[in-house]
Amino acid sequence: MDAILLQILNGLDKGSAYSLIALGLTLIFGTLGVVNFAHGALFMIGAFCAVTLQKLLNVYTVTIDPEKTDFLGKPLEVKTPYVISWFGEVAGTSIINWSVPLAILFAIPVMLLVGIAMERGLIKHFYKRPHADQILVTFGLAIVLQEIIKTIYGANPIPVPAPDAFKGSFDFGVLIGFAENAIIYPYWRLVYFVFSAIIISAVFAFLRFTTFGMVVRAGMADRETVGLLGIDIDRRFTIMFGLAAAVAGLAGVMYTPINPPNYHMGMDFLVLSFVVVVVGGMGSLRGAVAAGFLLGILESFASMNEVKSLLPGIDQIIIYLVAIIILLTRPRGLMGKAGVMED
Amino acid sequence: MSKTILTRRGLIQAGAAAGVGLAMPTIFTSRASAFTNEPKGGSVILGFNVPQTGPYADEGADELRAYKLAVKHLNGEGDAGMMNTFSSKALKGNGILGKKVEFVTGDTQTKSDAARASAKSMIEKDGAVMITGGSSSGVAIAVQGLCQEAGVIFMAGLTHSNDTTGKDKKANGFRHFFNGYMSGAALAPVLEKMYGADRKAYHLTADYTWGWTQQESIAKATEAKGWQTVNNVLTPLTTTDFSAYVAPVLNSGADVLVLNHYGGNMINSLTSAVQFGLRDKQVNGKNFEIVVPLYSRLMARGAGENVKGIFGSTNWHWSLSDEGSKAFVKSFGTEYGFPPSQAAHTTYCQTLLYADAVERAGTFDPCGVAKALEGFKFTGLGNGDTEYRAEDHQCFKDVLVVKGKENPTSEYDVLEVVEVTPRSQVEYAPDHPMFAGGSLGQCNSGA
Repeated sequence: MDAILLQILNGLDKGSAYSLIALGLTLIFGTLGVVNFAHGALFMIGAFCAVTLQKLLNVYTVTIDPEKTDFLGKPLEVKTPYVISWFGEVAGTSIINWSVPLAILFAIPVMLLVGIAMERGLIKHFYKRPHADQILVTFGLAIVLQEIIKTIYGANPIPVPAPDAFKGSFDFGVLIGFAENAIIYPYWRLVYFVFSAIIISAVFAFLRFTTFGMVVRAGMADRETVGLLGIDIDRRFTIMFGLAAAVAGLAGVMYTPINPPNYHMGMDFLVLSFVVVVVGGMGSLRGAVAAGFLLGILESFASMNEVKSLLPGIDQIIIYLVAIIILLTRPRGLMGKAGVMED
Repeated sequence: MSKTILTRRGLIQAGAAAGVGLAMPTIFTSRASAFTNEPKGGSVILGFNVPQTGPYADEGADELRAYKLAVKHLNGEGDAGMMNTFSSKALKGNGILGKKVEFVTGDTQTKSDAARASAKSMIEKDGAVMITGGSSSGVAIAVQGLCQEAGVIFMAGLTHSNDTTGKDKKANGFRHFFNGYMSGAALAPVLEKMYGADRKAYHLTADYTWGWTQQESIAKATEAKGWQTVNNVLTPLTTTDFSAYVAPVLNSGADVLVLNHYGGNMINSLTSAVQFGLRDKQVNGKNFEIVVPLYSRLMARGAGENVKGIFGSTNWHWSLSDEGSKAFVKSFGTEYGFPPSQAAHTTYCQTLLYADAVERAGTFDPCGVAKALEGFKFTGLGNGDTEYRAEDHQCFKDVLVVKGKENPTSEYDVLEVVEVTPRSQVEYAPDHPMFAGGSLGQCNSGA
């Protein structure tokens, strides 16, 4: 029982990431009708917003310590971040320590701009082209973006630690009556799950309770009629693309302490997120979120030693196996609507 | 006047013969030379096959820097680096056998098929007389096999699997880097000293040749010291989130986690283990410990603070104070502005060792070079007294046990050398069970 609970908890953070990426994918598909294979790259760029802010906060001034030497025997260059010089040791160190949460503020405008630039600069030219063309161009774009990031930041993962206050783990098992060390869960993964729940709720609330959201939903249902009412639906859809990019970016920012980011992380999530969208039902926001968590948890279960000893290799195929079963029994996915990609 | 009559059978036979001739790779038919890619002009071409893209691209970049530095030194440019400290004085700084050293590069992408394709291209199209490189045992073994077939020497780069000079060894292949067995033999006594003999180890192992052989080596070596191995879980190479593998460790009764991972796998699994607070826990009345048997400074940087206090082993480290290491660090540091990695060190050494063997043999013929390398004893290249054992083409030398540094003074200062394990302690018989099952075979010069 404790092992099952442990894997459910483990699946939550991965499910959170799948859900956030799949939510953005579905938003873009629902509004613009574009299958965006560059969405994983947006997740990766978000993560590198956190890396960039960390590097900016660590921009330093150099002083020479004549008493120490570097690896070549020259006087040691002591690097002191400007933030520490300006705000003092305690405040400066705290700012650097909280760089990941601070990166949220940095990433929102950056990701909105990246998303809008991507839509206006490239993707809008492919609205009337077949889905295959859209997939090819966005996949190409994803490769270009990841190569740019690799050129700037290198191929190795870059450590981006969580704030000290959220390092380590807590014994969840003891809280619910299990033995000590039976169910351990890291603080930051809990933060990630709560953060994802807030973002998902905020997106749903935005679409449900704001006039902008209402217009977007109306546009998703019948773009032509909304346009005939004199509403510039294209502009709103462009903003939705930016919003979807920001959601993916924020998912990436907060994921950095869980796994050190590298240029390839977007691709690692992209294919699985597409499976999540298909399982959830193309065009269904709720389906994307539900399928994200479902598949995240199932993937975690499949990694259990007991399961793998019964079915070797199941952890590698579980998501695709579930996708096949669901598509055979419910061809439109869990919550898919009729008419989406069925022409 | 004779008349040629072309029968149907004759046509088929001629066609088949022509087809076989055309289909045969040129590397197997180059009869004009005494051996494959015999250098004819005033220069000789070496092929540097490293990961320039993919997850090990940073290590590949460091290897390439070292290769370029070695070429510079061989051609008499720069400060000559470790050529000054190398015990063999055959190299004169006038190229190799008086021929200017040139090079071509290939991108292995850390994929065996891509690595073989780029090595094949360098041999067939560019005329490389020697291939060197690799940042993965899978790649090294694949390229070593190709070089054996093609009749060129392969000087392995960063490859740590026992199999490279074990069951997959080849007469044309030579490895300077250490291996999994040596890591186990060096680490186990230090682990026993630090953590005691009554320990229960849980292994997470990368599911491919290197992971398997390293896990076997570490488990055998620690079990000989009294440790128990409670579990060994194979993790797919593509895993990025190790939480599902790390989470059950604390509840398994183990008090040590051994991460048989390298590169991105190591960074991610170690990050997960630290996130789950393993190092803050007490199990069986002892502090829970983590061990990373194969360390790389480039990877340790990626894992950040998580490596502090964690033991592992390495082939070489820039902080060593012998004359060879100092000369190499000075040379590399002056050229590039930062200290070299172990990947850079081993590839630089391999280039010098090849060039030196050619000089001593007086020929580029792979069989002559192989003979010069077999049993060759040398010093001055940063690892103390070293020998290229004739029986398996494995270098035997001291091994470093290292620990993640608690108070690093720079971004490169992440590891500290805890012990230099003498060669005698890591040596094994050529027919040791962990290395059995293969044979060098005959040297192939491609003639």
